[in-house]
Amino acid sequence: MKTMPATATEPLLLEMKNISIEFPGVKALDDVMFATATGTVHALIGANGAGKSTLMKVLTGAYPHYTGEIFIGGRKVDIRSPKDAKDLGIQIVHQEVDTALISYLTVGENIMLDRMINDSGKRQWMNWPSLHRQAQEVLDRLNVRISPRKRVDELTLAEKQMTLIARAIARECRFLILDEPTAPLSRSETEELFRVVRDLRSRNVGIIFISHRLPELFEICDEMTVMRDGRFVVREAARNLTQNQLVEYMLGRKLEQQFPKHQATPGEPAFVVKNFSDDTGKVKNVNFYVRKGEVVGIAGLVGAGKTELCKALFGHTRATGERMLNGRPLKIRTPSDAVRAGLALVPEERRKEGVLVEESVSTNITTVVLPKLCRMFGTVLDFGRERTISRMMIYDLGIKTPSEAALVRNLSGGNQQKVAIGKWLVADAEVYIFDEPTKGVDVGAKRDIFQLIAKLVEQGKSVIYASCELSEIMGITDRVYVMYDGTIVKELETAKTNEEELLFYSTGGK
Amino acid sequence: MSDTRTEKAVQPSSGADPGPAPGRKPSAARFDWFQFFYRYGTIVTIVLLILYFGLATDSFLQGQNIINILRSISIVTIIAIGLTISLAVGGFDLSVGSTASLACAVVISMFVWYHQPTAIGVLAAIGACLLVGVLNSFLIIRFKIPDMLLTLAVMFVIQGVALTYSRGATISQNMVMPDGSFATGQIPKLFAKFGQVPGIIIIMLVIVLLVHLFLNYTRHGRYMYVIGGNMEAAKLSGIPVNKYRIAAYLLSSLFAAIGGIVLGARILTAEVNSGAPYLMDAVAATFIGFSVFGAGKPNALGTFFGAVLIGILQNGLVMMSVPYYSMDIVKGGVLAFALALTYYRKR
Repeated sequence: MKTMPATATEPLLLEMKNISIEFPGVKALDDVMFATATGTVHALIGANGAGKSTLMKVLTGAYPHYTGEIFIGGRKVDIRSPKDAKDLGIQIVHQEVDTALISYLTVGENIMLDRMINDSGKRQWMNWPSLHRQAQEVLDRLNVRISPRKRVDELTLAEKQMTLIARAIARECRFLILDEPTAPLSRSETEELFRVVRDLRSRNVGIIFISHRLPELFEICDEMTVMRDGRFVVREAARNLTQNQLVEYMLGRKLEQQFPKHQATPGEPAFVVKNFSDDTGKVKNVNFYVRKGEVVGIAGLVGAGKTELCKALFGHTRATGERMLNGRPLKIRTPSDAVRAGLALVPEERRKEGVLVEESVSTNITTVVLPKLCRMFGTVLDFGRERTISRMMIYDLGIKTPSEAALVRNLSGGNQQKVAIGKWLVADAEVYIFDEPTKGVDVGAKRDIFQLIAKLVEQGKSVIYASCELSEIMGITDRVYVMYDGTIVKELETAKTNEEELLFYSTGGK
Repeated sequence: MSDTRTEKAVQPSSGADPGPAPGRKPSAARFDWFQFFYRYGTIVTIVLLILYFGLATDSFLQGQNIINILRSISIVTIIAIGLTISLAVGGFDLSVGSTASLACAVVISMFVWYHQPTAIGVLAAIGACLLVGVLNSFLIIRFKIPDMLLTLAVMFVIQGVALTYSRGATISQNMVMPDGSFATGQIPKLFAKFGQVPGIIIIMLVIVLLVHLFLNYTRHGRYMYVIGGNMEAAKLSGIPVNKYRIAAYLLSSLFAAIGGIVLGARILTAEVNSGAPYLMDAVAATFIGFSVFGAGKPNALGTFFGAVLIGILQNGLVMMSVPYYSMDIVKGGVLAFALALTYYRKR
């Protein structure tokens, strides 16, 4: 296609220069440069929110409104749509494999999907034998043993990923972006993926590899580019870098945030978790405890199993192991058991799990305590008390809303989060679990949330704070457990550690 | 509680929707026609229809005719109330029509075949129908089948069960039994009262009122709406979601049963599939009811007014000599319009 020879064994250069992109209120990328070539595996690294995904979305045509220049083989190209990117041989395999695959079609149909749609020309009939033969050829090129006639919903995650890689190389592929490909894979599956990656490299495909797992990057990558806060930091050959250096580059000098200092007077261990695993295998043999009046952080990168741990603790998913509160073992099989036992969970997906967007602020705030609010054996609603309690919460938390009767849908993200927290404050639980409570929340609301947590601890509550924002973990917690790959790998005193150390363990350092 | 005023900063962004709670008057500041029509469209339509039919025909506004209309909508309303509860928890019970058929067949057969008194007949019918609710909720919750699909399947099954039970025939007094003899049981006078004029309307109004109070003024009703609004959030708030879903399907079947029993009392026979036609009318009434008073969700009063709207249309159009077989066109059209109002707002 175009002027580029398909059989080029010469490395072909891909350069992105002065790339900037803005979203309402945020400058997501600021004058970023990125360069790689075919025949190399190039790691793109950065903490959450560094702009890796945004940069790759620019490269694959998902964001047409970027500024800056992109060159391939020295020729300036313009990528304004996914089709532009594909025509230039740039393919991406996203982390969420299931969203890209059509589950009730066969592997072969999925692999040939792009070609079926784009290259059929005027043909109206499907040629199934030819389609499956071509799909088989692609799979053979990858040396992957999956039958093209198998249905995609029968595949394992790793096989699904291979199917997507096969789809990417079914059309001309010069640059292949793998976004967090190893996150859901086991060790042996990762080995298999690396074999395929090396194989593709030897065929002069340029691989851009995004991952949080630093050790494996050293295993597979030739070059590395680090990004931070939407800016380019460094580009270096992998052999000239160490894991510690990478961590420093990723963090840079950090912006000090305003965290309220709470008077930590931790008492006895209140909430104790022993040998805790969930049924999906995302949480493996976790042991930890929280004292009264203590904030314990669960640090870890996206996909480390923090959310799964929080939900399993709360009885939302089935789990094995022990949970004890004040020395009493808890029997928790459903979230409603957990609430009765004195647990509270502010879930990560606010709009999906935390609040009822189509209901009023007061309905939201009183959901958990409704039995105590009602007359006649907790049956008949008492609208007066409901209003009183809601107004109190709105005032205490500084929720910006026209009235307690306003729909939560009309509030801003930060205020929605305050509602999601507020409903647990009225419930007066013993153990508060916060899962990424500052996600999508503005700075002012963030500070309010931290102050609230500080207040909870001063009242002698136990708080579990799960977050991938290491600066927040450093700022708010007393003690930290670092999660990696579904299990707790390290326990640290917050006062005696730093972000570098946290990130080191979060990325699989030992 | 002191006067802790909360209106610190009104969201500047929200241009469209002031979002007051149901029952509040719309702000007089700026008249929003769409909002007005959304809230009061059904009521206005009912008033306009009454005016129109009242002027166009002589007999429409006579007391007897008003009672006629209420009587004609009572069965639909009772069945639709059950459907409303299943919709409130985010479900959809399509089996209500068949369940009503079953109730009708069981209650009449209890009298005609087995010489039972009123109480036994009614209880047997309700018992049989509650089993349908158990089946629905068990399959939906245990096997995670989408509500609408599962109740569609159960609708078929129960339709078949009702037919098989009545041996594919109408059950009536003095019917010929398979062995050639005549059925000797009589339908009790008391039972027949359920289907006659004050009784049937009173049953309907009491049910509407009770369910309205239940859904809006009790904790359990609130939980049902919360579950229907966001099941995941409801679960994570500690609400025993599955118990309430089971309860909702049991209530749905209960009201379908009452609907079927009243139907039996009104026609004093159990026709083949007698409850089936009520399904679509009930669906229409319920969805028209979504928008009444701007509730935006299934609600008992709304369902009642939805049924009233359909009843008036039907009655008035018959008086205007529109043939009965064209009625479905009108009903379907009204339903489509009500749905448009509901979903256009939601975007």
